Amino acid sequence: MNHWLIMPILFPAVVAPLLALAVRKDILLARVFSVGSTVCLLLFGLLLMGMASDGTTRTYSLGNWPSPFGIVLVLDRLTAIMLVLTAVLGLCVLLYSITGCDRRGEHFHPLFQFQLMGLNGAFLTGDLFNLFVFFEILLIASYGLMVHGGGAARMRAGIQYVVINLIGSSIFLLAMGLIYGVTGTLNMADLAEKVPQTVKGDEALLYTGAVMLLVVFGLKSAIVPFQFWLPGTYANAAGPVAALFSIMTKVGAYSIIRVFTLMFGETAGTGAWFATSWLMPAAMITMVLGMIGVVAARSLGQQASFAALGSMGTLLIAVAGFTAATESAALYYMIHSTLGIAALFLIIDAVVIRRPGFGDELAPSPKIANVGLIGSMFFLAVIAVIGMPPLSGFVGKLLILDAVKSLYGWGLIWALILSTSLLGLIGFASSGSILFWKSGQAKGELQPIGPTPTALPMVAIGLLLVLLIFLTGAAGPVTAFLDATAAQLFEPHQYIEAVLRPVGVVTK
Amino acid sequence: MEFMVASGVAAMTAAGIYLILNLRTFTVVVGLALVTYATNLFLFTTGRLAVNQPDIISSLDAPHTDPIPQALVLTAIVISFAMTAIILVMAVRGYFESGDDHVDLLGPEEEVARERR
Repeated sequence: MNHWLIMPILFPAVVAPLLALAVRKDILLARVFSVGSTVCLLLFGLLLMGMASDGTTRTYSLGNWPSPFGIVLVLDRLTAIMLVLTAVLGLCVLLYSITGCDRRGEHFHPLFQFQLMGLNGAFLTGDLFNLFVFFEILLIASYGLMVHGGGAARMRAGIQYVVINLIGSSIFLLAMGLIYGVTGTLNMADLAEKVPQTVKGDEALLYTGAVMLLVVFGLKSAIVPFQFWLPGTYANAAGPVAALFSIMTKVGAYSIIRVFTLMFGETAGTGAWFATSWLMPAAMITMVLGMIGVVAARSLGQQASFAALGSMGTLLIAVAGFTAATESAALYYMIHSTLGIAALFLIIDAVVIRRPGFGDELAPSPKIANVGLIGSMFFLAVIAVIGMPPLSGFVGKLLILDAVKSLYGWGLIWALILSTSLLGLIGFASSGSILFWKSGQAKGELQPIGPTPTALPMVAIGLLLVLLIFLTGAAGPVTAFLDATAAQLFEPHQYIEAVLRPVGVVTK
Repeated sequence: MEFMVASGVAAMTAAGIYLILNLRTFTVVVGLALVTYATNLFLFTTGRLAVNQPDIISSLDAPHTDPIPQALVLTAIVISFAMTAIILVMAVRGYFESGDDHVDLLGPEEEVARERR
């Protein structure tokens, strides 16, 4: 058995308690451990991606219990991409925060590692119940991170975030209860085989469960009508935390892709691809709402949160197409949007700490320190996020527009994507000019309170922007890999065989 | 039996949702606790109700109760317990930081009023 598969979960699970217990007094040591661990996670991710790129699906049975009875981890191309994306994002955010943000509250580093562990687990797991468990792990860490730094407004927003997610967890459990009650299994590969065999009378129960799953994943990925938590949470969280959270909504999108291509895909019989008709309209409304929010926002944090919402809508439109071409485009856009939104939140944090007295309010203020560098980074990140040429957002939207051409109602999708991009452009153009141009007219320069290191935070943001440029330049090879990933998703047979009847294991 | 369990789940869920829709954190927490109880009870019944039966399957023909939902519900109880503890801590912190226990976000006017205090 290939033990590398469990390392992305096991490694942070060992490092995090170590950080919380052994090195809690020494911030320098904690930083070294935390960065070291995240670098290791990146290396594991790259190694696993190398393994997965040969196209076989690898499995790891915990305790060597045969599936579907034991817990199973599954590695395929999609999982490998998500692991690498998580580690890259984690490393950039960590590099940004180790210059000061991690000292504004306690236990930043252990929570960060637990968060990465939960994310990796959610991407690797092969059964629904463990997806629930890893969701809870990443959520419980995110509750701690969300209120990192404290303050009344942040605490209020944190309570709302926890309540929403606890309700989501209950719905997740109810959905699993329904699905288990009908099929008698929660292993995803086994479910994929059992779903088509459902007796006629039980189909209603099974599909109620499936729609409830869609509701939970929709809640995580903040689609209409479950989007209310996102702007409040992201805008009130500390900048680096909001940047890390840009992958949290993608967990929802990942789960939708995984569950609804494997279990309720073309093999599902009567209910094949039923998710499209629910997801597509919701995703369209989400995109429109997000981009209207970008124009209407009165603070930078809110504007970036609504941009995140809009990009989730765009992403889920592509996901809801459920063809190999749309999934490939969706994955490209997912990588782009995770890095782009994270960069945007980090830049906003860099602006906010240099504007004492003004915060993230969209009002002209005297010039901030390092205005040239931060302004040009903001310019680049915004170009990427709203999808203007030449950066990866443009390539991503182009891929999506091209992929949805085969769908019913593609004209509407085209019209919405193009017009909302224009809205995004207007919103960010106005906020950028208020922040960086109108501020130039006021006399004097704002001095940040306390030391504001420039080197490492700027390197972290720069790294994210370089990755976006790389994603644009290397769009050819990247999309080739993503096409192969999407093709693998549409051969669920291979996944099922690898989990249930692995080669070389004799079952009695 | 089925009717009793089903109406029990329904009553607890209804009461829980009613409480969650309240404005103050304490009632919301109690409501969440009720909803998680209802969920756990529901999860327990997904293996079908069987009274006084062993959960060890010696032969599929012999009467037995499904052990898996019991294992699942145990995990769910532990997790929901931890989550309730977290939200209680956060509710108390929120109360001390903002001076009242409302769940809605602070508006601009409230922020100003708070700074004056």
